[in-house]
Amino acid sequence: MVLFLDFNPFDNLLCILLGISFTVWFTLLLVFIIVPAIFGVSFGIRQLYMKTLLKIFEWATRRIERGAKDKNHPLHKPYSNAIIAKEPTSLEEEIKEIRRSGSNRDLDSASEFEMSDIFYFCRRGVESIMDDEVTKRFSAEELESWNLLTRSNYNFQHISLRLTVLWGLGVVIRYGFLLPLRVTLAFTGVGLLVVLTSIIGFLPNGRTKNFLSEKVHLMCYRICVRALTAIITYHDSENKPKNGGICVANHTSPIDVIILASDGCYAMVGQIHGGLMGVIQKSMVKACPHIWFERSEVKDRHLVAKRLSDHVEDKTKLPILIFPEGTCINNTSVMMFKKGSFEIGSTVYPVAIKYDPRFGDAFWNSSQFGMVSYLLRMMSSWAIVCSVWYLPPMSREEGEDAVQFANRVKAAIARQGGLVDLLWDGGLKRGKVKDTFKEEQQKLYSKMLRPTWGPQNGHSSAP
Amino acid sequence: MGSRASTLLREEEIEEIKKETGFSHSQITRLYSRFTSLDKGENGTLSREDFQRIPELAINPLGDRIINAFFPEGLDREDQVNFRGFMRTLAHFRPIEDNEKNKDPTASEPLNSRTNKLLFAFRLYDLDRDDKISRDELLQVLRMMVGVNISDEQLGSIADRTIQEADQNGDNSISFNEFIKVLEKVDVEQKMSIRFLH
Repeated sequence: MVLFLDFNPFDNLLCILLGISFTVWFTLLLVFIIVPAIFGVSFGIRQLYMKTLLKIFEWATRRIERGAKDKNHPLHKPYSNAIIAKEPTSLEEEIKEIRRSGSNRDLDSASEFEMSDIFYFCRRGVESIMDDEVTKRFSAEELESWNLLTRSNYNFQHISLRLTVLWGLGVVIRYGFLLPLRVTLAFTGVGLLVVLTSIIGFLPNGRTKNFLSEKVHLMCYRICVRALTAIITYHDSENKPKNGGICVANHTSPIDVIILASDGCYAMVGQIHGGLMGVIQKSMVKACPHIWFERSEVKDRHLVAKRLSDHVEDKTKLPILIFPEGTCINNTSVMMFKKGSFEIGSTVYPVAIKYDPRFGDAFWNSSQFGMVSYLLRMMSSWAIVCSVWYLPPMSREEGEDAVQFANRVKAAIARQGGLVDLLWDGGLKRGKVKDTFKEEQQKLYSKMLRPTWGPQNGHSSAP
Repeated sequence: MGSRASTLLREEEIEEIKKETGFSHSQITRLYSRFTSLDKGENGTLSREDFQRIPELAINPLGDRIINAFFPEGLDREDQVNFRGFMRTLAHFRPIEDNEKNKDPTASEPLNSRTNKLLFAFRLYDLDRDDKISRDELLQVLRMMVGVNISDEQLGSIADRTIQEADQNGDNSISFNEFIKVLEKVDVEQKMSIRFLH
């Protein structure tokens, strides 16, 4: 009994202190983050934060380089520069060159086959083993400078006390302060989204409902943006997508959706998931028409196309947001766009999203991390900095088919974002490449063997 | 997420590989990065599937033959190649530097010599590894290169012509020496070399 009496005043004090700090915490949160999110204004805190971080990173990188030089330790430079230089010559040119160097006959008396032809395939094959355009797009980009995250540094050995202390401080700040803050915000944002959209769902369809739904969506996405400390610069907002159009963008991570949707209202397209995602999806669709597909419906291309075109024809409905690559790419390139969204025939509004990798790599490598661990990684990085460019709208031109249109849009996005434009399919992340590509190579080579007989299929063509 | 490249490859190993293959320190660490990014199983070796996952290699008509060159032991499906073996095979494609030509003639021939480059190409043709290219083997390799676009008879006559020109001892197949003779004028050094940056 006596013991209890002793602890009571302490308990009270502790409770009071905890209560006060929680209140202070939530007030700060409200004033500095949630209220501005509701009204779409910014105090500029994040910009200042970004500048400070950059200065620290530069110092850290220089320190590492100096440390490495002092110890005479060769630094592991990332291969953001390629390992090898590839010759840009075509199959025909190169095989002709090989034959020319080896033959003492006149080249016009066309040799059909030379044993040296194999050199071309040999070299190309081994070049692709050393460095190819595709497989490196499915893993995170390597950086020159160090951003105080061990996950992105390969030279991290004990170089100086100051550096290690700085890194330790970084860990404490990120996991002790930033992460809980962000998780709170994330829960607030998502919770508000679910609750408010369900409430709005009860209103009759009409202008009030649309207006409120827009405001609610924007507000919740803005809170989520702050939950990730995403510092976004929007360019050319006059080109923002309008009703009845389709917005296409390059895909790096699920965060792309939050980034775009916090600046404008879109109708989302996607598969219905179970769990928390499913709950969010079902409540969102109560407030305004998004396009969610059952798993079974996704395979039916005609059904998908019909629902999309029905949606765009209704001018009161919001523009659709689609990521035509179909999978996440590491933000150094843009891969093949699936032609489905380009067949529908409405105006396409291309958007280019480029992340600044210095602050935290936003790429979602789904084979390495699940969604939850990915989000935790994002929330424990310093910040997510990116630029969004709204490109002028494009439509399909006369005589252009869907694939050519898709490639034209892809090229525009790649050019604006400073990304490499690739023809390869993002599906190669998981699947095998089609045999047709190999058959093309074989066809090209066979042409070199045939000048004496003429082509197999009957019509004449110059070799 | 890339790889912890320099932390897993020890300095002694790098020195040994340097001596054996002639690659520079930075080339070895970069290629080790590449090796680990291809190694999906993360067990320090590459299997045939790991190579076939490279799209540009999968569409190469001789892709399978090239992959085979990395597995010298057998044609067993379960073969694995470690980093040393990987580098040894890649070393064939190092360019021949001028100062290497003046090296000590009693030292064993470097992996990227003209003869060894030709041996690499010869082995691509020689399917059963009996050191001879038979008519059948030549036909099979030709078929890989042209696909379905040329008929059997035409391919057959190409093979016959090629063997006729190359064969000197009348055994109707091409030995390595005959192979070297046929290609003596070809600029093997340049065509079977890959240009490295750094």
